[in-house]
Parts: sequence; C-alpha cells; structure tokens
Amino acid sequence: MDVLTLARIQFGATIAFHYLYPPLSIGLGVMLVCMEGLWLKTKNPVYHQMARFWTRVFALTFAIGVATGIVMEFEFGTNWATYSRFVGDVFGSALAAEGIFAFFLESGFLAVLLFGWDKVSRKMHFFSTCMVCLGAHFSAVWIVVANSWMQTPAGYKLVMHNGVERAEITNFWQLVFNPSFMERLSHVLCGAWQAGAFLVVSVSAWYLLKKRHQDFARASLRVGLTVALVASLVQVVTGHVSARGVAKNQPAKLAAFEGLYNTTSNAPLVLVGYVDEKDQRVKGLEWPGMLSFLVGFNTQTTVIGLNDFPPSDRPPVTASFLFFHGMVGIGFAMIVIAALGFLYFRHGSLHERRWLLWILVFSVLGPQMANQLGWFAAEVGRQPWIVYGLMRTPAGLSAIVKANAILTSLILFTLIYFLLFAVFIYLLNDKIQHGPDEQDLIPSGKLALPTELTHHPKT
Amino acid sequence: MNLDLNTVWFILVGVLFTGYAMLDGFDLGIGALHLFTKDDTERRTLINAIGPVWDGNEVWLVTGGGALFAAFPNVYATVFSGFYLAFVLLLVSLIFRAVAIEFRSKQPMRWWRQMWDIGFSAGSLVSGLLMGVALGNIAWGVPIGADGEFAGTFLGLLTPYPLLVGVTTVALFMMHGAIYGVMKTEGALHDKLRIWAMRCIIFFVICAVTLTMATLLYVPRMAARLHDHPWLFSIALANMLAIANIPREFHHRRDWLAFLSSCAAMITLMMLFGLNLYPNLVYSLPDPANSLTIYNASSSPKTLGIMLVIAGIGVPVVIAYTVCIYWIFRGKVKLDRMSY
Ligand code: HDD
Ligand code: HEM
Ligand code: HEM
Repeated sequence: MDVLTLARIQFGATIAFHYLYPPLSIGLGVMLVCMEGLWLKTKNPVYHQMARFWTRVFALTFAIGVATGIVMEFEFGTNWATYSRFVGDVFGSALAAEGIFAFFLESGFLAVLLFGWDKVSRKMHFFSTCMVCLGAHFSAVWIVVANSWMQTPAGYKLVMHNGVERAEITNFWQLVFNPSFMERLSHVLCGAWQAGAFLVVSVSAWYLLKKRHQDFARASLRVGLTVALVASLVQVVTGHVSARGVAKNQPAKLAAFEGLYNTTSNAPLVLVGYVDEKDQRVKGLEWPGMLSFLVGFNTQTTVIGLNDFPPSDRPPVTASFLFFHGMVGIGFAMIVIAALGFLYFRHGSLHERRWLLWILVFSVLGPQMANQLGWFAAEVGRQPWIVYGLMRTPAGLSAIVKANAILTSLILFTLIYFLLFAVFIYLLNDKIQHGPDEQDLIPSGKLALPTELTHHPKT
Repeated sequence: MNLDLNTVWFILVGVLFTGYAMLDGFDLGIGALHLFTKDDTERRTLINAIGPVWDGNEVWLVTGGGALFAAFPNVYATVFSGFYLAFVLLLVSLIFRAVAIEFRSKQPMRWWRQMWDIGFSAGSLVSGLLMGVALGNIAWGVPIGADGEFAGTFLGLLTPYPLLVGVTTVALFMMHGAIYGVMKTEGALHDKLRIWAMRCIIFFVICAVTLTMATLLYVPRMAARLHDHPWLFSIALANMLAIANIPREFHHRRDWLAFLSSCAAMITLMMLFGLNLYPNLVYSLPDPANSLTIYNASSSPKTLGIMLVIAGIGVPVVIAYTVCIYWIFRGKVKLDRMSY
C-alpha cells in the first residue's frame, strides 16, 4: 500500500477510535450535572447514588478519551506535516486554545469530581462537576472550530513564506465563526448528549429487565429518557441546518450524500436505496421534490449535481451516500425509540413491556454508530480536499515519512486499541453487574452536612 | 536579545515544557519507581499520591504541543514527521501510563494488577527516556535538508549524547518523584522512599556531572552564549546551587524545600538549554544554514499576537485553579473507597 492510503487509514482509525469516547464524556457530563443538580435540589439520596455510580463510569470513558486524544494531538505533525505547515498559522491557535481553555478545565476539576466527594462541600463539588462538563464542551467547541475551518475556510489569506504557500490568519473571529461552525457544533454536541443519555437509558433498562436496583433504574430512566428525547428531536433540526449549509458551502458533498448527478430543481430526497455509479443514478425509494424543499423551502429550488464538477473534484459517492443515509436513518430511529420509552415511562407501564426494554438496552449503540457515520460522511464527503478548495489530501501528506513507518505504527495502534477496547467493555460490564453502591445512599464526609437523612422522599 | 513576538513565544513554549517537566516529571518519576515497591498497599498509596493531579499535569504537554503547532508550525511538522517512530513509541508509552492508572485498581486479581503495574512503570520510564532523547537530539543538532525536512533516520537519533540526556532525564524525574513521594506518604513507605530518594539524588548528580562534561567537550555550541556573556554564568551557578541544595534540605527533613529546589534545578536547566539554543529551535548539523529558527519557522505576527492574548487570558486562570486543586488534595495520602 502507498504512504497516502496508509496515512489515511491510520488517521481515520485512530480518530474513529478516539471518537467513541468524547461523546460519552460530554454526554455523561451533562447527565452528571443533571443528577447532582437534582440531588442538591430535592435532597433525594437516590440522585446522590446515581451521581456516584455514573461518575465511576465517566472516569473510565474519560481515561481512554485522554489516552487516545494525546495521539490525535500529535498525529497532524507525524502524518500530515505538509498540511501542518500550510494551516499551522490558522489551525494551531484552535488546538492551543483547546488546551488552555478546555483540557485544563476538564482535567483539573476532574480531580475534585472523582476524588473530592468527601473533601469539599456539596456546592463546591457540584461546581466542579459543572466545570468538567463545561470543559468537555469547550473542547468540542475548539476542535469543531478547527475542523469546520477545514470544511469552510474563512478569515485567512494565502501568503508565500520561505518560498512555500500557506494560509495566514486575517480575522480571528471570522476564522472561529466560519460559515459551517455553529450548525456543526450544535450537531456534534447533540450527538454527544444522545450518546450519554442513551448509555444511561440502556443500563437502567437492563436493571429493570433483570429486576435489580429498581428505584435507581427508574430515577435514572427519568433523567436519561428526558435528555435522550430532547436531544434526539433537536438533532434533526441541527442536522437539517447542517445539510443546508453543506448545500451552500460544499455542493459537491451534498450531491454525493444524495447521489444526485444532474443539477435539477424538484430534486428528490432518497429515503432508502443505493447509488449505481455506472448509470449515474440512485435506485430506491425517493420522495420527489423533497430535497429541493429541504434546501430552499421550495420544491423549485435548484440543487447542484455531481456532473457540474470535474471527476477529479468529486468525493467518493457510494461511501458518502451510505454513511450519510445510515446516520439519518439512525437519527429518526432514535426519536421513535426515545419517544416510545418516554411515553410508556410516563404512563407507568414501561417495566411491563419487555420488548421495548430490550430495544432500550441496545439503543446505546445507535448514537455511537450515528456519530461515527456522521464523521465518516462529513470527512469522506470533503474529499478530495483536505482543506476545502485550497489543498488536496495527497498534498498534505508528510514529505519524508516512509510507508513502513506508518505501517508499523498502524499495527501497533490497532493492537493496543483492540486491547483497550476489550478492557473497556470488560470493566464497563463489571461496573454494570456490580451496580450502584448501597453505601452511596448515605452521603459521607463533608457532603453529609447538613443531614437530611431522616426522611427519604419517594422516587 | 530584543523582545519581539517570536522571542516571547520561544520563551512561552519553553515555560510550558518546563511546567510540564516540573509537574508531570514527578508522576513519571513515581511511575519509574513503581516496580521497586513490593506490596499492593504501597503501590496503591503511590498511585493515589499522583491520582488526582497526573491528568492535569499531562495537559501541560498537550498545550505545549498545541502552542508549538500554532507558534512554530514548521518545527512541529519537521520534528514530528522526522522523529516519527520515536514519537509513536512515546505516544504508546503515554497511553499505557494513562490507562494503567485507571484500570489497575478496577480488579483485585494479582495477574491483572501486575499487568498494569508493568504498563504503568514501563510507560513512565520509556516516556521520560524518549523525551530526554528528543531533547538531546535538539541540543546535539539533527540533519535538516534545504527543504526544511528531517534528513536522518530513526536509529540515527539514538546516538550516545542524546541517550545520555535521556538517562539524565529519567534520573531527574526519579529524584523529583521520590521527593514528591516522601512528601505525600507516611510510615514505613515514607522511610523507604526517603532512602530511595537519597539514592536517586546521587544517581542524578552523577548523570548531571557527566552530561555537563560531555556537553562542554562535545557540544561547545550549547555553552557558547555563556561563554560570550559571562554574567549569564550566574544561571549555571544557580543551577549548581539548586542541585546541591536538594540533598541539604532533604537531610534536614525539609522535604518541601527539597522539592522546590528540584523544581528550581529544572527551571535553570531549561533556561541554560534555551539560552544556548536561541534563536534556533532545531539546529541543523552538517549544514547550520538549514536550521529552523524562531523566525523562519514561525507563524505570522498576527497569529503570535492573537495567541498571546489567548495565553494572557487563559494561563492566569489555569494557574489559579491548579493551585486550588493542589490545595484541596494537600497532605498525606489516605486510601479510601474512592481511591485507585
Ligand atoms: C466533539 C468532541 C471531540 C472531538 C471531535 C475530538 N475530541 Fe479529543 N477530546 C474530547 C473531545 C473531542 C474530550 C471530550 O474533551 C476528551 C475525550 C474524553 C476526555 O477525557 O476528553 C478529549 C481528549 C483529548 C485529548 C486529551 C486531553 C487531556 O489530556 O485531557 C487530546 C490531546 C485530544 N482530545 C485531541 C483531539 C484532536 C487532535 C482531535 C481531532 C483530530 C480530537 N481530539 C477530536
Ligand atoms: C479538527 C479535527 C479534525 C481534523 C483536522 C481532521 C482531519 C482529517 C485528515 C487530515 C484526514 C486524512 C485525510 C483524509 O483521508 O480525509 C481525515 C480523515 C478522516 N477523519 Fe478527520 N479530522 C478531524 C476530526 C475528525 C473526527 C473527530 C472524526 C471522527 C470520527 C474524523 C473522522 C475521519 C475519518 C473517518 C477519516 C478517514 C476518511 C478517509 O480517509 O477518507 N475526523 N481527517
Ligand atoms: C436525524 C437526522 C440527521 C440529519 C439530517 C443529519 C445531517 C447531517 C449532515 C448534513 C452532516 C454533514 C455536515 C457537514 O459535513 O458539514 C452531518 C454530520 C454529522 N452527524 Fe448528522 N444528521 C442527523 C442525525 C445524526 C445523529 C442522530 C447523530 C449522532 C448521534 C449525528 C452525528 C453526526 C456527526 C458526529 C457528524 C459529523 C460532524 C459534522 O459535520 O457536523 N447525526 N449530519
């Protein structure tokens, strides 16, 4: 295999693995804030027990998120050195800002969140939980700034520096609020909240099925299903706004998402199907005019097709199409699942519907898959550009790195990541089997003040 | 030395990496000593001594990397693609170090704990060694082509001088970690660590003296600025006094001051390194004309200015809450059910 393919596989594999964990850290962060907030408000010890249990799960995902994130930070330099020289002036500041504003906040207050339960007051502990959650969100902000700039560059000019062309910053705020930033950030965050919420839902549903820790499970489900439903609904809106942005800023990508070859008004939306690249058309079930309508709120809106671009400027169509449709399909399925769960939970009959509980148990996989597919779609759809319209992917490669060096590292990381993943699943399962601690119903140390233990309000 | 933005960022990147060495240095040192302890309680005590803070300490490295990328993208690109395999090994070591801390305590089985003990210790040791080797290569000079790309090989990085710097770094971290361990523990473990710390100090002093001689003999360039500006010799003097002060304070059981002296030794070492490297960032060996300097490798003045604002807002806040968090977790380690 050539260096380029290897470098792409290596980058894709390591980032995809990294991205299994950040959504959980961000999403569980929100869940922890909700749980601890509810505890402070209601003084109900079940919420304290919940916060303690989910904190332990959070610690696990966080540790792997950190370990795999360090790799990403340096991989721009190892694999994409030429690209790094080209974008360092604009891109580097986002990464540095991420370190200063996000990672320090997260990792600093994480100490209090994990180990400070008995050492600080309730308010201080809650404040730390909020800061960890905020830090995780900030890191999403900055990394999405950087990535969105690659999708829709803004606030820069091209300058010759030592005989090599590079992008230099002209306006920091234009760079940050580049055309696709806001919608992609909201989309990524919603995806992360779904990932966290559905993890909580899944474990709680499993406890209900097994008739274990039922009070705990019900209280967790209440918080989890609410966040899951809200995030799933909002996700369609942010996804839709993203798609409109793609239509405007990266028309070739949208055309690949929908397998649209000929520029046309009244463009159809593909519900299910596949792209026949030879015949240059989509085979499957289509909704006439809907794509035009979604892009311009009018079925007569013209949508640009792939044939308007020279073949060398087109992304891989089948892959983009499948990734995109996989994500959207899962997105709608998540709404149905969350809504059913929520309604039956409200109705009080969820525990009787074992089929639905089983679906909820597996629902945790949905957001994870959609998050992966979404990134695949966004990144593959950007091809052949590494910086849209400015630099092609092959041009960004490190000039001197040899194929066998990348292969060595690829094999090494693959082995290690398989090991990490196996250990993660093993430990996660272990924590779930072990369940919440009875001890955690009684806050200890400084948290115990003021004592409210005499009455246990019903959950 | 006029204080333009490029110089300011040269200093700031240096500050970030020095901060990293002072903070994560003791984590890596504790890791390197980890396998010398025998029973599980001792090992847990040591891990929990760094438990709440190691992650935040590592962020200094991440931020240093980010700052290097933003301020000197050409250095970031050349060094990371040039030292490819070395950095992959470093990343692998850091991964094992990080996850071992989290995973170790999660199961009681002996084989499980031993597996992660080895991961933790080897990860810490190799990380320190490789960081030192990288630093040593920068000091010695590396082959850079006219195109600004690295023109050497992986094995070419493992020559005696860089390896000596690597070993010295490990010795420094072990000493630093042992002193930190003494501060955080009590009882039998404390007494044991006290003896080890003394041995680590001796080990480090031997390394430091050897390294100084080697530098003066074989890399006189790394002493040139001191040679030209004799008043800068005060920094070298401060460095020697700081190192000499470590066993002195330690002997008088003023462990806290010994730790500070160890920090001061690191700061002065990095100052000496930076002063003699300046204005180069990566010195090119056969052909110095190809060196990457703070001018030909830097970002635009505009980016450097924006980054200065970011650092100006961010760093004071970071330092403020880092101090708070160290304060919350002050005192000797007590194992409880939240511990690793
Ligand atoms: C949407 C969110 C998101 C995305 C797209 C990425 N990350 Fe990430 N990253 C996080 C969200 C996050 C996080 C939530 O902040 C993590 C994950 C778990 C954690 O502990 O922090 C994290 C950890 C993490 C760390 C360790 C921080 C520490 O030591 O505390 C580094 C260096 C990176 N990431 C770097 C990257 C790079 C270079 C990426 C792109 C190629 C990237 N991340 C994609
Ligand atoms: C700032 C953040 C990011 C940057 C700068 C970035 C940059 C890149 C680069 C340089 C490549 C290799 C070139 C290519 O083959 O496309 C790539 C590919 C890829 N990235 Fe991203 N990426 C970022 C975030 C992410 C995230 C968070 C994911 C989530 C999983 C992701 C998923 C992928 C995938 C799957 C590929 C492989 C696609 C392919 O090879 O065609 N990226 N990205
Ligand atoms: C329900 C309907 C959905 C629609 C219409 C939709 C739409 C989109 C679009 C158009 C993009 C590409 C944006 C770009 O390339 O700039 C995208 C990317 C992405 N999607 Fe979705 N999405 C949906 C559901 C989901 C769900 C349920 C998740 C995860 C839980 C998800 C996660 C992502 C991620 C992580 C990305 C990559 C980041 C980005 O480019 O914003 N999406 N989505």
